[in-house]
Amino acid sequence: MTAVPDTAAPAATAPDRGDTGRAGALLAGPAAFLLAALLFLPSSGVLLLSLTDYRFGMPDFGFAGLANYRAMLGDARVVNALGNTFLYVGVVTPLSIVLGLILAVLIEAQGRLRGLLRGVFFLPVTATLVAMATAWEVMLHPSFGLVNTALAALGFDKQRFLTDPDIALWSLAAIGVWKLMGYNVLLFIAGMSQIPRDLYEAAAIDGADGGWRRFTLVTWPLLGPVTLFVTTITLIRAFSEFETVAVLTNGGPNGATDMMLFTLYEEAFRYFDIGLAAAIAVAFLGFVAALSILKVRLFDRRVHYV
Amino acid sequence: MSRALGTAVLLLAAVLVLLPFVYMIAVSLAPAGALWSGSLLPRPGLAAARDNYAFALTQVPLLRYMANGAFVCGMILLLQVLIAAPAGYALAKLPFRGRGVLFGAVILALMIPIQVPAIPLYVGLAYAGLLNTYTALILPFVISAFAIFLFRQFFASYPDEVLDAARLDGFSELAIVWRLMLPAAWPAVAAFATISVIAHWNDLYWPLVVITDTDMMTPPLGLAAFRSSGESTGNPGALMAGGVMVTAPLVIGFAFFQRHLIRGLGIGAT
Repeated sequence: MTAVPDTAAPAATAPDRGDTGRAGALLAGPAAFLLAALLFLPSSGVLLLSLTDYRFGMPDFGFAGLANYRAMLGDARVVNALGNTFLYVGVVTPLSIVLGLILAVLIEAQGRLRGLLRGVFFLPVTATLVAMATAWEVMLHPSFGLVNTALAALGFDKQRFLTDPDIALWSLAAIGVWKLMGYNVLLFIAGMSQIPRDLYEAAAIDGADGGWRRFTLVTWPLLGPVTLFVTTITLIRAFSEFETVAVLTNGGPNGATDMMLFTLYEEAFRYFDIGLAAAIAVAFLGFVAALSILKVRLFDRRVHYV
Repeated sequence: MSRALGTAVLLLAAVLVLLPFVYMIAVSLAPAGALWSGSLLPRPGLAAARDNYAFALTQVPLLRYMANGAFVCGMILLLQVLIAAPAGYALAKLPFRGRGVLFGAVILALMIPIQVPAIPLYVGLAYAGLLNTYTALILPFVISAFAIFLFRQFFASYPDEVLDAARLDGFSELAIVWRLMLPAAWPAVAAFATISVIAHWNDLYWPLVVITDTDMMTPPLGLAAFRSSGESTGNPGALMAGGVMVTAPLVIGFAFFQRHLIRGLGIGAT
């Protein structure tokens, strides 16, 4: 780092590299230990457990090779949950991104209402999802809920939003969009605030002064990196959905809303089939880690936009 | 013209986004019978409102849940900062053996969701007899890779000359962390604090794993238990009253900390 030799500095006043080295190791030590003990060790443990037939409470267990992974891929429940998860992610991700982008662009074009609107759309992010899920449940109640009251008033049939197997997953997806959209609004606004004003002025000189042309010529191209980043975050969050399933449907009716994390939770902590649960956890990690690597690679570019 | 259209779209969207909040509050203030009246929002009543909130506070130990939640969030945040700030400082300013490895480990740790180490952590806590304790709720989260990463980024831009001057004045490295670095990184601390508290106040997964005692439940777990218990059937008003009280602290806090929160989430917490 420094070209000045240690001997040039008075030993009493400037610490040498040995001192800072010891101090550094000392200050970072607790964090390093806890990272290992609470994160890396147990995570490696899950990898190992996924190769065993361990069941919680059983005295002994043995090596099972890839049996848990084969069981996972042949397990009707897991396969169903994976399918539901991908459908949920496939609906929630694009909708919450597109709606988030539209709202962000509209909000930034506002004058005095801007701060207030940001706060409104951001509210679902801070709110306790378990509480809001129960509010949605009452709102979607088959007989008296607000949504069915409105449907009936408009002449439509009432729906069993959370207990009809054809609709339940879509209802959860709607709640998911409601929740994730606000977060994306925020990220897009942060990205847009970094776009230099003079680009819009230049575009205006070239005749692009309408809202749509400003958007296609300047805003959208410059939001590229932000959009990629938003996409990876939204995918991870949608993939990790747990609360609405656990609180509102328990994966039902008939597995219609069963999703990956809920299956993992039940296999691990309700049926204590630890081997299978560990295999699901490893699969979940694989998915999240792949997206996270993409996110970290985008990190450098992103910080310039925040 | 197009701006008026945009405003109309925004106001409509805002109404839709706010609807669950409005409905939750409206139901919490109304008698159960009012839900069947056929109007969109039930008519509130003073007696019903009092009954609903009284039920949520007395028949359900909601205050206990909230106290648990406040204590757990506070301890998690305190320990996260105590552990991550020195590590962030060491990574940013002190060359030591293994620094590169540790930083790589932090980046790697950012990618691991809690559900992955959850099974061995649960088994360990079970064998240690620590299920249904505050320790079980707090321990897995005292180490935050995100906090280390965030602090390292903020500390890195701190001028080295000031550090050298502080050392000449007899500051220990730890004193530098607490008395120079953290105060200077106040925006990062505030941003991290808001996202940490939001994440752990709202978390359902981990409390569901390690807590079965009613007395130890956190607000989301307690609310979920209330919802699935017989107590709430036929009494949606009380359930919504509970929801209002659990959600209110963060939503009200958000009004004050919006700037920090937006900055924190913008930095990229998950």
